[in-house]
Amino acid sequence: MTEILHGLVAPFADIASNPSFFAEVLIGGIAAGLMYSLVALGFVLIFKASGVFNFAQGVMVLFAALTLVGLIERGAPVALALLLTVGVMVLLAFAIERVVLRPLVNQEHIILFMATIGLNFFLEGFGEMLWGANVKRLDVGIPDTSFKIGNVLVNRLELTAALTAAVIVTVLAVFFQKTSIGRALRAVADDHEAALSLGIPLKTIWTVVWSVAGLVAIVAGIMWGAKSGVQFSLSLIALKALPVLILGGFTSVPGAIAGGLIIGVCEKIAEVYWGPLVGGAIENWFAYVLALAFLLFRPQGLFGERIIERV
Amino acid sequence: MIYREAGQFKTSYAADQAIFPIVQDRVLVTLGILVAFLVPPLVADEYWLQAVLIPLVIYALAALGLNLLTGYAGQLSLGTGGFMAVGAYAAFKLTTSFPALNILVVFVLAGLMAAVVGIVFGIPSLRIKGFYLAVATLAAQFFLIWLFNKVPWFVNYAASGTITAPPRTVFGVMVTGPLATAPVRYVVALGLLAVFALVAKNLVRGRVGRSWMAIRDRDIAAEIIGVRPLRTKLLAFAVSSFYCGVAGAEFVFLYLGSAETLAFDITLSFLVLFMIIIGGLGSILGSFLGAAFIVLVPIFLTNAPHHVGLVMPVALQKQIELMVFGALIIFFLIVEPHGLARLWQITKEKLRLWPFPH
Repeated sequence: MTEILHGLVAPFADIASNPSFFAEVLIGGIAAGLMYSLVALGFVLIFKASGVFNFAQGVMVLFAALTLVGLIERGAPVALALLLTVGVMVLLAFAIERVVLRPLVNQEHIILFMATIGLNFFLEGFGEMLWGANVKRLDVGIPDTSFKIGNVLVNRLELTAALTAAVIVTVLAVFFQKTSIGRALRAVADDHEAALSLGIPLKTIWTVVWSVAGLVAIVAGIMWGAKSGVQFSLSLIALKALPVLILGGFTSVPGAIAGGLIIGVCEKIAEVYWGPLVGGAIENWFAYVLALAFLLFRPQGLFGERIIERV
Repeated sequence: MIYREAGQFKTSYAADQAIFPIVQDRVLVTLGILVAFLVPPLVADEYWLQAVLIPLVIYALAALGLNLLTGYAGQLSLGTGGFMAVGAYAAFKLTTSFPALNILVVFVLAGLMAAVVGIVFGIPSLRIKGFYLAVATLAAQFFLIWLFNKVPWFVNYAASGTITAPPRTVFGVMVTGPLATAPVRYVVALGLLAVFALVAKNLVRGRVGRSWMAIRDRDIAAEIIGVRPLRTKLLAFAVSSFYCGVAGAEFVFLYLGSAETLAFDITLSFLVLFMIIIGGLGSILGSFLGAAFIVLVPIFLTNAPHHVGLVMPVALQKQIELMVFGALIIFFLIVEPHGLARLWQITKEKLRLWPFPH
């Protein structure tokens, strides 16, 4: 018993004795968290506007990264490849709206959720058929090296990812609050029918939202691809984005960011300091248990809309 | 004409409350069960039994379990793989610790073990629902798999980290282990499925099933009319996990022979979820149809190009398979969101009038 107690308490002593290492862990966690946030953002956008829980977001990230790398490999300059990838993602959004969403209007959420899982399979096969299944290296010109601020090592790539995420969130916030399309999006999110009766075209809105989610997927794809190579496992980060969503709330853009940061930091700290106690590799489930514990106290997440139920 | 209940009068309460009140249904089901028990063991070869029919029967049991939870009680779960793993590892520990215990009893005990774990992970369902609950059950999935990976006690300290089905007999017939023949394993799995399907059918048409459906349709309203959410939801988790646990034990003992935790990862959870959605949520028949669809379609897709004479690289074929599979799921959802069971229902209604539609 004393050993267990000692094991639980000792890491705090470690933290106190080596603050610069703790700062590094913290920064690593923040960076990882921002990467999760980027993926979670795509989920939130689509869920907000169409109530669809888009399971295919992870594969969209993979697909975007594969397309970009494939185009660059075939000799396209980076800027052109990026432009083409954007085009592909927008086309994809049109296709999804036309083929998947429109025939399924008014269906239950779980049906739409299943449809996106079907989409998940389709895109996975399609992407690999087009561009091959090998692990590819994505070089965006940012070296994956570190420099020192004071006593603390900071990774350039992670820093860039953090800045990009910040920029995207700002742009999205402005887009949602200030533009007329953004206002229409919020109207659709509030109430489909009321929005329709005001003359807001649902089709266009959905296409726009899926396109924006596609663009966010490109950014996430570039960041994750530059970090760990473009490969199938990229699509699995979608699963990591789920606890982030829970923590932040399914409908909140800032929530996705905050949730990502909390999950990233807690996960890293738990893994580094408490992981060895139970044999390591707790990163796989720690985020879920954290989200679960959180849900018991606040079912709608940090920033989610309050759930009001009537009979 | 063919499927007509006119003239079939019920003269007792028992007849009115029968599981299959219509003669045609009774004949069809009896025939179906007879064919399923007799034909494959006599006719099918080793490949068909081992690669198609045995997994089909086991998946059907798992799908049945998940359908009780998701289709009837309305609690979305992505932890099926984890609960199946509990069943498999519990069965392994039990039968290696008590070799004299009948393997069928071991299966049931393993199911009970899974039920206990299911109750524990079902507790959050009292506060959260929908996709939030789905993510909560993912916690069960990842945590359980991690646990079985990390604690060597579960695999009896085997260096390989795998569990292997030891040879066990039932009434003198070898049922598990490398020497058990495919027909025997098939019949055992099918027998268990038949018994548990009967139990499930009776559960869902009785008080328990009705309270599950009340909770599914509107939990607050159900609570107001006197259905206890705590008991009902946890019972749904327990029964569902029991079924999944038995299916998981069968998965290792009757199908794979030996397995690691990898066999029970998240893809298995999704596969079983597909089955019940394609087959039909809230339908016993749907669980079977969905399992058949999900097991047979990939096999068909793998073999179809050979029969047409198309030869293509394995990788390309795998990718096309994925695409067709995904497209098929979307197609089915668009054509009939309520699954194959609903298609069967429509067929029955058509058959009532056929061939005179007026």
